[in-house]
Amino acid sequence: MNFGFTEEQELLRAEVRRFLEQNASLERVREIVEGADATDPVLWARMAELGWVGLAMPETHGGVGLDLETLLVVLEETGRALFPSALVSTVIAAKAIERFGSESQRARWIPGLADGSKIGTFAFLERSDTLSPGGVETAVKPDGDELILSGEKLFVTDAASADLFVVAVRSGVDADAISLVVVERGASGVSAEDFDGMDLTKRIGRLTLDEARIGQDCVLGEQGAAWEAAQWLLDLGAALVAAEAVGSAEAALEITTEFAKERIQFDEQIGKFQGVKHPLAEIYVEIESFRSLVYYAVWALDQDAGDARLAVSRAKAYCADTFPDAAIMGVQLHGGVGYTWEYDIQLYLKRSKWVRPMFGDADYHYERIARFGDL
Amino acid sequence: MDFQLTKEEEAFRDEVRGFLDENLPEGHVRTPEFLADWNRKIRERRWVGFSWPSDVGGGGGSIMEQVILKDEMARRKAPALGTCFMGLAWVGPSIIQYGTEEQKQKYIPDILDAKYQWCTGYSEPDSGSDLASLKCRCERDGDEYVVNGQKTWTSIAMWSKMMILLVRTDSAGESKHDGITCLLVKMDSPGIEVRPIKNMSGGAIFAEVFFDGVRVPVENRLGAEGEGWKVTISALASERSSIAEVHGLIRKIDEVKALAKSTVRGGRAMNEDSGIRRRIAEAETKIEAMRLNGMRFLTKQLKGEPLGSETSINKLHRASLEIGLGELALEILGSSSTLMSGDDPVTDEGSWARFALNWPEVVIGGGTPNIQRNIIAERILGLPKD
Repeated sequence: MNFGFTEEQELLRAEVRRFLEQNASLERVREIVEGADATDPVLWARMAELGWVGLAMPETHGGVGLDLETLLVVLEETGRALFPSALVSTVIAAKAIERFGSESQRARWIPGLADGSKIGTFAFLERSDTLSPGGVETAVKPDGDELILSGEKLFVTDAASADLFVVAVRSGVDADAISLVVVERGASGVSAEDFDGMDLTKRIGRLTLDEARIGQDCVLGEQGAAWEAAQWLLDLGAALVAAEAVGSAEAALEITTEFAKERIQFDEQIGKFQGVKHPLAEIYVEIESFRSLVYYAVWALDQDAGDARLAVSRAKAYCADTFPDAAIMGVQLHGGVGYTWEYDIQLYLKRSKWVRPMFGDADYHYERIARFGDL
Repeated sequence: MDFQLTKEEEAFRDEVRGFLDENLPEGHVRTPEFLADWNRKIRERRWVGFSWPSDVGGGGGSIMEQVILKDEMARRKAPALGTCFMGLAWVGPSIIQYGTEEQKQKYIPDILDAKYQWCTGYSEPDSGSDLASLKCRCERDGDEYVVNGQKTWTSIAMWSKMMILLVRTDSAGESKHDGITCLLVKMDSPGIEVRPIKNMSGGAIFAEVFFDGVRVPVENRLGAEGEGWKVTISALASERSSIAEVHGLIRKIDEVKALAKSTVRGGRAMNEDSGIRRRIAEAETKIEAMRLNGMRFLTKQLKGEPLGSETSINKLHRASLEIGLGELALEILGSSSTLMSGDDPVTDEGSWARFALNWPEVVIGGGTPNIQRNIIAERILGLPKD
């Protein structure tokens, strides 16, 4: 029994942390996200070289072949550093192709994702902003060997930088009749842009498919039978976002705790007052608890455990509920300086607000838990 | 991460399951005879005091085996593993660690056999959360100690034969933790008066205990004079596992769910109410977080690292759940939640109303939530002491 990490995984954690501390301090992160393309391709390439991008992708196609549990260690660290990259998006796209694609599709797309030369992402949501299959309206029309796609995908993570989109499209009138297709940037009728988001370290945008043409060989699995697969990808997304949130929330608590030790009012460190220390203790309790839920959810996904969906919902619900509250308290305990652009705590507040709705908010996941729990 | 049991652990689990299949058959009734038989059988297997060393009559079980045993027992809603509750929880561990050979032989077998109950004389009217400020006076007189003072919140004092008592033998010490001594006291000693305290649910579980010139033989001192704090705190810290608590909470949330389904208000079953659904899901999730937190603590113990203040995490969760589940049940019930006994329109003879009045026993008992928050803030986050 070991509900923790192996020595190798802990060494990896230390290595990633050292790398990010040296190359992606919050000062540097601010420079990156306030720059023109909001990413650092050089750092991304180095991380790919170190094997962190392809960590959980298959070895036969250029990945390292490790599990999600090991990737979790990396994500906790990128979350901690608020490192701006398309790591989560790219992993979801690669997993979609690995799990639901054919061998030739895997050989075609995964190597580029694993070596970091291509960015991937998953495009599910549309204007209706619902995670149910009925919300997928993007139309597919066969035309010989090709499919013609028309529709608009919203809230697509890393849309502007993605080279490859795994897109949920409608293939029939039944609510569940959706398909997953791979759309490459550069195909005719494909355009993507990022929105002006609150959290500058996380990009989300729009994918527009205006009679976009893709080959029939770009469909993952069987046409019209991909709702199960899409759900799995949404669950994977929820788990990976929550994994990064563990690191982010932990860093927010550390920053606020340090501030409470340094800040003097009424001739005392403010961290001495119970009005300050009790909320910090509560935040610690919440973080440690969603950490446990996230670790288990990722393990359950790795194992295809029977309770994986329930475990993911528990992790994301708890995280979406408590991380934003923790961040608000962090800003509040900083007093006036917490409101400034200069202090770092606001960066975590914004991250928490980005995390909340991604791949399902607390309300969505708690309702799913109620249904799984036979209510 | 690895949740697999080793071959030996699996064999032990199967042994426990086999025992439960045999001894807790479908539809059994827990008569006094049934329970007496149960207690005899678990004693024979040395599952009472399972974690205690075998030379004092315990089971010598490993940490993992203890977890397996408690987990399987809780899953099957088995009767308790021994009924001398405080004796098993902390009196026994204190005696095993600090007691003389005579004390071990005199008290440990009786605790394992539940010959009688122990109660705990720690809190005083002016020393609750600040326990180390306790003042109950104790002076040496030849071969005896003479105790004068008062204890309070002493659970089951009226039904106990023995008490583990903290007294002050020296007030001149540098720290208030010095000068505290631990005594093992017979409750029928002359000069002890027990006054049960009626609690807000109308029942009485705890009592005030008054000491007027109570004489205690020196041989009944546990540990050295003036070292009572160390003696008792280490034992309190030995009480870690939250497995039984988690299973207790799972049973409670299942009852709340059943209540929501069976309670119809305004023509609608309450399990269809979105607010109630969400709150039930939140409580279930928090219970699962407790279970998984417990697994992480266990992992730490299995790696040989001592558990520290992180156990306060689950104490805080438990406190909020014990209160929250009662509140949730009362909200589901609506107007009838205010009724305490009788039939229609009373649900479950008012048991939910009583449940919602009895959380302080758990929530206040082992250190209030605010004390747990202090512990986390100071010992884990390193914030200055107030």
